[in-house]
Amino acid sequence: MKFLEEIGEYFYFMLKVFSKPQKHSVFFKQWALELYKVGVDSIGIVVIISFFMGAVLALQAAYNMTNPLMPTYLIGYGTRESMLLEFSSTIVSLILAGKVGSSIASEIGTMRSTEQIDALDVMGINSANYLALPKIMASLTINPILYILSVFVGITGGLLSSVTIGVSSLQDFIYGIRMDFKPYFIVYSEIKMVVFAFIITSLASYYGYTVRGGSLEVGRASTKAVVNSSILILISNLVLTQILL
Amino acid sequence: MITIDNIHKSFDDHHVLKGISFEFETGKTNLIIGQSGSGKTVLLKSIVGLHTIDKGDILYDNRSWQEMTQDQRIELRTEMGMVFQGSALFDNMTVEENIGFPMLMYSKESTKAKQKRVAECIDRVNLTGSEDLYPSEISGGMQKRVAIARAIVMKPEYLFCDEPNSGLDPKTAIVIDKLIHEITKEYNITTIINTHDMNSVLQIGENILYLDKGEVGWKGDKSHIFNSENESLNEFVFASDLYQKLKEIKED
Ligand SMILES: Nc1ncnc2c1ncn2[C@@H]1O[C@H](COP(=O)(O)OP(=O)(O)OP(=O)(O)O)[C@@H](O)[C@H]1O
Ligand SMILES: [Mg+2]
Repeated sequence: MKFLEEIGEYFYFMLKVFSKPQKHSVFFKQWALELYKVGVDSIGIVVIISFFMGAVLALQAAYNMTNPLMPTYLIGYGTRESMLLEFSSTIVSLILAGKVGSSIASEIGTMRSTEQIDALDVMGINSANYLALPKIMASLTINPILYILSVFVGITGGLLSSVTIGVSSLQDFIYGIRMDFKPYFIVYSEIKMVVFAFIITSLASYYGYTVRGGSLEVGRASTKAVVNSSILILISNLVLTQILL
Repeated sequence: MITIDNIHKSFDDHHVLKGISFEFETGKTNLIIGQSGSGKTVLLKSIVGLHTIDKGDILYDNRSWQEMTQDQRIELRTEMGMVFQGSALFDNMTVEENIGFPMLMYSKESTKAKQKRVAECIDRVNLTGSEDLYPSEISGGMQKRVAIARAIVMKPEYLFCDEPNSGLDPKTAIVIDKLIHEITKEYNITTIINTHDMNSVLQIGENILYLDKGEVGWKGDKSHIFNSENESLNEFVFASDLYQKLKEIKED
């Protein structure tokens, strides 16, 4: 019962979020600001994680090839496929759910508990729209770019680790990366990326916006945002994969 | 003038406001007083429409809130200014940006005219020199003054203040009370102030509504509050030893 109520409340909130911004110049300014906050600030973590995961994926592929007849270019191929299909979209999104989701939920939640949202409402401003729309739009814009970045950095990590350690030659690795390339995989992953971005930011905004009480509740909202958006990402990953592949 | 008529408000099965009727007069500092938990904040938030009331109506100079369309309500909101219990300043904006925010969203005037108005308000609350500071960098009393400046920047017809001097030392509290009183006279607006501070009551209590557990306990002004026969009000008014002593001296 409580669950159904929350879903209803979420959709009502979304309706408020997706109405026309009252002042376009203000909206675009906020959007640019959020692009920086949810995007540029996430580049560091995406680069670090993608690099190391790419490096490890390549080595694992190498050590799993017990049969000496298997060509070593499969290492490059395997790394590319893992990054392209799953890691750079799903895992990066899960990490962003933790980083971006918790920060959005606590930012909006604090504004609720300190009556800043009431202050906006009294001024006649659509607070849901003013606060959440720029964040949602910013992550819809920037997350697909983070995906491309992650793929490149991950493959580079794999290349550097396998060439340095000597499990594959540079030529073989590059041959693997270019082998049997399906552009549709990028389309598939970018669709996932956009859906996940929406899940992360809309859920976090919703949990922040509906905080009642003080800092304890804000903390709880931010945990809920991360946990529930992660679960929803995993479920929709399954559904989207079934539909798109 | 704001007239409230038989306002009821419940949260689930907690009946907080039980039929409140009152007239808040223009050009006066109208006070809502009462103990903590008596429903002052809920009443004030119901009046400005932050809470949807279950029953009753609110008339803003004879314009019925219940009969208004959503657009009319938003229009009316530009005539309101509100100071919240915890100031509710936007943390990510400077003092100047906070005060200018309502103008940024609504005013169709030129940038220059807006800047002039913001500077006027900053000057009015004696904050010249603090324009570029953030809320976390200024004292509680200054935050209240920023909140007041933000509330009056659009030249509202109605000003609402939820415990504007709570958490301030007595001297600063009086400065804030006087500021709100002066502004009310200057612009001839309808001001409603929530408070449980007896000093404020004596300073600026021109028209008082005493809330007693969500009901109207007493109505009147500061000159009558000490002579009332109302037991619950007396308990509230003479809660501190100082006022008890004052009463005894007066009776002698
Ligand atoms: N959003 C809400 N949901 C449920 N109950 C609420 C809500 N807001 C207030 N209440 C309840 O309404 C009652 C009155 O609260 P209110 O905040 O109006 O008191 P107050 O007179 O402003 O007190 P104080 O002087 O401490 O600010 C309290 O019992 C409170 O628990
Ligand atoms: Mg209160």
